[in-house]
Amino acid sequence: MSLATEFTKGLWKEIPPFRLVLGLCPTLAVTTAAKNGIGMGLATTFVLVCSNILVSLLRKFIPSKVRIASYIVIIASFVVIVELAMQAYFYSLYQILGIFIPLIVVNCIVLGRAEAFASKNSVVYSVADGLGMGLGFTASLTVLGSIRELLGAGNLFGAHVLWSSFEPFTFMVKAPGAFVCLGFLLGFMNIIGTKK
Amino acid sequence: MTEYILLLVSAIFVNNILLARYLGNCPFLGVSKSMDTAVGMGMAVIFVTTLAGVITWVVQFYLLDPFGLGYLRTIAFILVIAALVQFVEMFLQKSVPGLYRALGIFLPLITTNCAVLGVALININEKYDFMKTLVFSFASAVGFALALVLFAGIRERFALMKVPKPFEGTPLGLITAGLLSMSFLGFAGLVK
Repeated sequence: MSLATEFTKGLWKEIPPFRLVLGLCPTLAVTTAAKNGIGMGLATTFVLVCSNILVSLLRKFIPSKVRIASYIVIIASFVVIVELAMQAYFYSLYQILGIFIPLIVVNCIVLGRAEAFASKNSVVYSVADGLGMGLGFTASLTVLGSIRELLGAGNLFGAHVLWSSFEPFTFMVKAPGAFVCLGFLLGFMNIIGTKK
Repeated sequence: MTEYILLLVSAIFVNNILLARYLGNCPFLGVSKSMDTAVGMGMAVIFVTTLAGVITWVVQFYLLDPFGLGYLRTIAFILVIAALVQFVEMFLQKSVPGLYRALGIFLPLITTNCAVLGVALININEKYDFMKTLVFSFASAVGFALALVLFAGIRERFALMKVPKPFEGTPLGLITAGLLSMSFLGFAGLVK
């Protein structure tokens, strides 16, 4: 087990939410544009890294019977920090992401990494794991957001990139488009994955 | 009275919590492989969401607001939900063992179901009064159960179908959910 493998496994081999089908709600909800995907991804990454550090530091002190409750309190504290910070410095993004910021608390990826990784490994490895998973999540959200923004509005990061007579495919930015788009992406990733 | 009925219809069909608001997708894909588990999960969610919606509303307006602790909302709500789920589990085990056996394994999963926390937060953000909170929480959970049961019915069917290998399981599940969501779009405009 090396630091590099702990970091890179989150970027392809176990990339959330594709390989680990966790944390679907924010994935589907906020990816109407690439920028929102990045914002949500980075907010989750921050919570993931911080909660991994704290859980890993406290892993010898938390009694196993109340561990899940303790993890949830730790995660919720960092989510409140993110929520207040975004409200202060990125107000427009805060308004777009809406209730999905407080909902990072119940994002299964964060709790899953605390339980499956940070509670059993040292701080340095937990940081590598949290950072890798978080950046993998951010990348997935950005890709999904870009595809939906490109097809749904003809834009990329807010700038119009397709030809001017392009008819926007409104379906993509609505709820069904999110499900269908993620389903196809997952399928294509499986095709690439099985070819190796 | 009419506004409550409108709220009910809107929360179940038009703004279905799963298919239009994207909340609670993990259990939606996780436990929808058979009809029995879908019904069990749906019932457990209706029960817990309604209780949680009402209790968090009381916590917000009688505990957090008077003391100016609004910023603790996320922590307070998740603790209320976790404690509530634990309590409901113990209560059912003691007094209604039949129901406990039916809902048993689904109850602990509900703590991390974002639909429960999501509904509690929407109640506060939309500034619903007590009655509206009750109706909205109940109706949203019914919407969740409805979508879950419909989806499980479809998934049971295509368990028998031949599917291209890479699309087996979750990818096809998501695409099906998309089609189901599209049919629910047909309700849009029914109620504002």
